[in-house]
Amino acid sequence: MTFISILYGLLFWAATLILVIGVGRRVHLYWKVPAPLKIVTTPAPVTRSGVVWRMFKEVVFFTSLFRASKYTWVFAILFHMALWLVLLRHTRYFMDMNSFLVFMQPFGRYAGFAMLLGLTGLLGRRMLVDRVRYISAPSDFLMLLLLLSIGVSGMMMSFGVHTDIVQVKAFFHGLMTFDWQPLPGDPLLLLHLLLVAVLMIIFPISKLLHAPGVFFSPTRNQVDNPREKRHVAPWARELEREHKLYADDTPTAPVSR
Amino acid sequence: MADYDIPELNGAGYIKVPALERDTMKGKGPFMAKPEFQEALHFPDDFEPVEGGGYTLVPDWKEKALAKLDDLRHRYRSLQLYLDICVKCGACTDKCHYFIGTRDAKNMPVARQDLLRKVYRRYFTFAGKHFPRLVGAVDLTEEVVNDWYNYYHQCSQCRRCSVYCPYGIDTAEISMAAREILDTIGRGTKYNNEIIGKVFKIGNNLGLPAMALADTLEGLEEDVEDDTGIKVRFPLDEEGAEVLLITPSADFFAEPHVDGLIGYAKVFHEAGISWTLSSHASEAANFGMFIGSYENMRRIALRIREAAIRLKVRRIVFGECGHAWRVAYSFLNTLAGPFDFLDPKYPVPQHILEITWGLIQEGRLVLDKSQNDDKVLTFHDSCNVARATRMGDRPGGQFEIPRQVIRAVCNHFVDMPADTIHDATYCCGGGGGLLTDDLMELRVKGAQPRMEALKYVTEQQGVTHMAAICAICKSQFTKVIPYYGFTMDQIVSVHQLVSNAIVLKREVSVQARPDADDADDDSDDA
Repeated sequence: MTFISILYGLLFWAATLILVIGVGRRVHLYWKVPAPLKIVTTPAPVTRSGVVWRMFKEVVFFTSLFRASKYTWVFAILFHMALWLVLLRHTRYFMDMNSFLVFMQPFGRYAGFAMLLGLTGLLGRRMLVDRVRYISAPSDFLMLLLLLSIGVSGMMMSFGVHTDIVQVKAFFHGLMTFDWQPLPGDPLLLLHLLLVAVLMIIFPISKLLHAPGVFFSPTRNQVDNPREKRHVAPWARELEREHKLYADDTPTAPVSR
Repeated sequence: MADYDIPELNGAGYIKVPALERDTMKGKGPFMAKPEFQEALHFPDDFEPVEGGGYTLVPDWKEKALAKLDDLRHRYRSLQLYLDICVKCGACTDKCHYFIGTRDAKNMPVARQDLLRKVYRRYFTFAGKHFPRLVGAVDLTEEVVNDWYNYYHQCSQCRRCSVYCPYGIDTAEISMAAREILDTIGRGTKYNNEIIGKVFKIGNNLGLPAMALADTLEGLEEDVEDDTGIKVRFPLDEEGAEVLLITPSADFFAEPHVDGLIGYAKVFHEAGISWTLSSHASEAANFGMFIGSYENMRRIALRIREAAIRLKVRRIVFGECGHAWRVAYSFLNTLAGPFDFLDPKYPVPQHILEITWGLIQEGRLVLDKSQNDDKVLTFHDSCNVARATRMGDRPGGQFEIPRQVIRAVCNHFVDMPADTIHDATYCCGGGGGLLTDDLMELRVKGAQPRMEALKYVTEQQGVTHMAAICAICKSQFTKVIPYYGFTMDQIVSVHQLVSNAIVLKREVSVQARPDADDADDDSDDA
């Protein structure tokens, strides 16, 4: 067992814990904090199933972004959809191969190019469009560079300097079953994995929270039915129950009917 | 005419996105509220005037501002979520009418949000606490507060940006929260907070007392009788009426608003629906929304509930007003419900256009479209109606019903370009608590996109008039369109068009004047 293997083993355990607990805590916060008013952006669905359909279109086809900016949409959809294919392909490192995964391999392999193209487009837009440049912090550029580096290092292994993927699989399988296995020491692999771990660690403290967050967005996930169904937040009901106009007020008598 | 440049219209029917500029609208913001206005709204009043104008902040303002931000992010999911999840994709950057009109970088929706987000990150996130420069987090300083005050009062909360954001991030939610934070540290606006004070004290934004309102309405009855020979009633505080009408107080005297009010009265008259206004709730507007204060918004909304109970009405109907319809349609049930004491046959509340369109469909109104033949109409979708409410049963009814009513009373109607109507509509430039003369430059520049669209249909399709269904839109447009070469009488109320076309067949109102000796017993019952 090499020192590097132990280091990376610990790193991935830590990164996984941080990712799961960090995102879990954030999602819990979004779940817990109420939306006190109906603020859905209309026209909006009037049924719950309509909302599910709206959200589906939003997260799969990026419908709002499509209306906003066709360039951004093309690059964003290229990146995100390719990322799904690439991630799907990578599940081979965590589970046994099956016929679907075998079928998926070439798609995942070549999706890498689409992913890099999308990311490059987004980076170009961030640098070249004056408005987008203005709103970008250093972290916004670094995020794209991080993703690009992960993509490039991964593709270099796919298409150039191969690594021992059987041993990589054994390493990750070992992490999952608490049965430590050595990790190949190829620099490109170590770089790729290091960057992935960094991405996992910063996920819960960065704008990557948009992924779970979009499902909680009241302008998109509310049903347009305020006249039919009364919507009151717990803290607002408290005001009502105590006959208060202001939270730090003395109670007032309501108008009787 | 003004000491700033009026944006030039290209007449091509599309909006040219301007190149970014810095600080073109940097300034002191609107006039600030005096301590006494703040106190009336239950905000802190322990701040003092300073020489040369303006006020100090309250003692310990920094701690109080951060505490308020922390409080609000635990009460409003929108705030917490939207501060967290923006990816800076830029989809919203060219969508704001104030950015287009002023070119000021901080008027891009995401940049406006960032004024608060940068402070949120600095004090409430791991990355901002430890790596502020990396994520663009900043300390809360008085300069930041000044920027908040200035730029959060250059947002009309029209939500156009939220339509295009892939996560639905709504800058209105951020600007409302920012204004509430500002109110808790002594930075309220004179315009909004003085008006809310008047609503609490007198019942409406204009400070029009009940006696004056009664006189005004009596005058309107006389005007309509002179005009048509028929006693159309404008009832006030008449107990037992079927409908309580809540309408913006501008409808009582401003042009073209009042012509809309005459239209509502004629519709109720012809349909034989008894109705009343209330002196207790003689205002549909609810500026509590503009300042992001749930408590003040609720306190204003509760007047309507109280009026409905006292007057023993069976339905509540709202007149033409954009943000008021948002508070009515989306929030009233939340703030002042449940309305289980009203007639369950009708939604609570209803929009006057839902009433009028229903009557037109039932064939209960006789309409002479030729009365509007001197006009070619177009219709301005009010931002709040378009993107924050609905009319009728189906999504998009808020676009269809006003147009159907206009088509039913006018022969000539055309729409403006598609990317400026329906939910892509541009704000008039005066909404969200900015309809004050101390923000005139902003209002003129913010109207540019709408003016661009209007110019296009004027030149291409001979449009002569633009109809609106919002008191703020009507006031804003009549004031700013002269800057763009139009005349103020080109703005009309939708119910003004109805009023022109409606043929009064009912000789006697179903509602006798309370003081009339010879109350007519033959009147129909609604």
